[in-house]
Amino acid sequence: MNIPYTVEERPDTGLANGKLGIWLFLASEVMLFGALFSTYIILRIGAVEWPHGELSVRLGMINTFVLIGSSVTMVMAWASLKLHDFAKHRLYLLATFVLSGIFLVNKYFEYADHLARGEGPSHSTFLAIYFTLTGLHGLHIIGGMVVMAYFLGPGARMWKKYPEQFTNRIEYTGLYWHFVDLVWIFLFPVLYLL
Amino acid sequence: MAPRETTMDNATTVGHVAHGHAHDEPHEELGFWRKYIFSLDHKVIGIQYAITGLLFLLFGFCLMMLMRYQLAYPGSPIPLIGGLFSPDKAPGGIMLPEFYNQLGAMHGTIMVFLGVVPLAVGGFGNFVMPLQIGAPDMAFPKLNMLSYWVYFMGGMTMLSSFFVPAGAANSGWTSYPPLSDIATMGQTIWLFGMVFLITSSLLGSVNFIVTIVQLRAKGLSFMRMPFFVWAQLVTAFLLLLAFPPLEAAGVLQLMDRLAGTSFFLPSGLVISGRPLEVAGGGNPLLWQHLFWFLAHPEVYVLVLPAMGIVSEVIANNTRKPLWGYRALVYSVIFLGFMSFVVWAHHMFMTGMGTAMSAFFQTTTMIISIPSVVILTALLLSLWGASIRFTTPMLFALAFLPMFGIGGLTGLPLGLAPPDIHLHDTYYVIAHFHYVVAPGTIFALFAGIYYWFPKATGRKMNDLLGQIHFWGSFICINSVFLPMFIQGLGGMNRRLYDGGMIYTHNAGLLKWNVMIAFAAWGLGLFQIPFIINFFASIKWGTVVDRNPWEATTLEWSAPSPPGHGNFLTEPIVYRGPYEYSVPGAAADFTPQFEPEKA
Repeated sequence: MNIPYTVEERPDTGLANGKLGIWLFLASEVMLFGALFSTYIILRIGAVEWPHGELSVRLGMINTFVLIGSSVTMVMAWASLKLHDFAKHRLYLLATFVLSGIFLVNKYFEYADHLARGEGPSHSTFLAIYFTLTGLHGLHIIGGMVVMAYFLGPGARMWKKYPEQFTNRIEYTGLYWHFVDLVWIFLFPVLYLL
Repeated sequence: MAPRETTMDNATTVGHVAHGHAHDEPHEELGFWRKYIFSLDHKVIGIQYAITGLLFLLFGFCLMMLMRYQLAYPGSPIPLIGGLFSPDKAPGGIMLPEFYNQLGAMHGTIMVFLGVVPLAVGGFGNFVMPLQIGAPDMAFPKLNMLSYWVYFMGGMTMLSSFFVPAGAANSGWTSYPPLSDIATMGQTIWLFGMVFLITSSLLGSVNFIVTIVQLRAKGLSFMRMPFFVWAQLVTAFLLLLAFPPLEAAGVLQLMDRLAGTSFFLPSGLVISGRPLEVAGGGNPLLWQHLFWFLAHPEVYVLVLPAMGIVSEVIANNTRKPLWGYRALVYSVIFLGFMSFVVWAHHMFMTGMGTAMSAFFQTTTMIISIPSVVILTALLLSLWGASIRFTTPMLFALAFLPMFGIGGLTGLPLGLAPPDIHLHDTYYVIAHFHYVVAPGTIFALFAGIYYWFPKATGRKMNDLLGQIHFWGSFICINSVFLPMFIQGLGGMNRRLYDGGMIYTHNAGLLKWNVMIAFAAWGLGLFQIPFIINFFASIKWGTVVDRNPWEATTLEWSAPSPPGHGNFLTEPIVYRGPYEYSVPGAAADFTPQFEPEKA
């Protein structure tokens, strides 16, 4: 028994199963982060005062560029596969992996700085939502890194036997990765600038 | 072909062509664990879901029977099993208020999240839907297996919470803060359990939507899909989009409980005479908004699959096409959309303001229209029919008026002014139980009797089925009808002794004795069902592919269908309910029967 349309597109819908699946998953992710952003709005509207300048804009800015860079390398990793250049693909995917690692290290310094000053999540509502939003986003980064590590390691074997399906998988990973990036693009102004 | 390779990692397949050929190859015989426990087959997973769901329904019902004893005879020791409970739950067999609260919270949680949804969506959806659309399996079989096991872990997590210090969650199934933020450890376990259940339903809903959109058989356009598939499609969208906000809320409440944040704790909160040592600045209403943003669509998650099952059973047993198939489809889609904008009608009493109340009572009145359209279409389908009163049909027929009672009694609750009187009384309990228990659960029973022959190749016994039906029908109405009287009299829910100190309850509490006996009777009348279920697997009448002379695709597969479902590629030639077509040879023309030249 074979499941149809795992690789090729269904003619009348124009989709392969995995692509529809990842978009639906991202729709639910939008609802997840949407609920948390709504929480931020409601807490901020209800607050007597809302802290400004608590976070390092410099570090946040660096992380923004790091993540945007990683999105670019992610696209290149997929495009290289489309051009059948597997060596280049690995290089770009590794670059994406390293960039996401840099993001997390940066984030670690920010967290450590806050916690060293005794400003944990329980300190104020602002820090509570800050730690929750960035923490959940960080978990998504880690999740993406696990998937990338898989495709750099054992998952890469698929390229030899089923290049088309492997390319699709990298594309879906990329879609997820761009979403994670996009969440940060919203998080940065909301938490660091506004 | 080894099953591991048949699922996702095959780049050489081209749609159903390859699928048709696959049956020429001998199937490798799987071991016990791969075949029944960690199976990738949607039918096995569906049955796993259904049996786990049924067990949880039974367990949740047992919790309720205990609560009903306490309400009927407050303060007297529970007979027979009273000695089994530890002293922190029921010393000397007398139920403590804390234990009553745990039972109440866990009854709701278990019935909704571990019983009805897994049975209706995980069970029936998984088993029936791929067969009805002519698919060899779900689009992502591994995700399907994962979703069952994550659900199972969520269930075990919930059950384990009874054994932690101070017992299970006791803040109601709605877990309103601030109470839930400061509640005992069981609440933390509850939240972890919910995270598992939400993850499971996310995996399931992605799988359902992709399967329905992508794996429909040749010729099965959307408007030829059985109504059950439509109901599952809309349900999957509700699960996909409504559950994540509850996941967010769950994360926030976990932060409140474990990291000391105050998302749901306002400033200056005083508990037991002492100010709470938190930063404050939170908003308890925020939880209610996030919770009901899920929990109202959840109502339709409970109801839509039931409507789907009832439609299939009614069309089959009236031997007529469903009345207004298109109206049904458009209504169910509209219902799905509207269910996202009615959530705050659960919050009229929170002081959120009259403008908000006006908006949400308007949307609530609007959403009742498609529900009424669906119910009316199903009712009109009976008109002029020569009805076969089979066991599934009895349950489906009973669904109509009882769901109707549930729906119509909801209208006064949807309008803010009468809700002020009725809110938080037994009227509310009676209302939503009529929707979910005599409504949905009766439909689920109809589904079990209807598709049992497909799953096992044998029919369930009709006499036992009739005893089960009539006993349950009488008992369940005796349970819930008196609650309308109690609620209209102002009797509040969630009071462990029924509210004896209130004088307005004086004439109402006597009903609790009758309700208790009806509830225990309802429990007894499930015994014929349990016997029937297991005995029929072994001794039921053997049936062929299409024992009900039905028209939809699942009846073209063998009973039970093997791995891959269909022996030849299914092709659909017509709509789903071509019964009693004038000039046709039989009174049913299946979707899979080719046109005569």
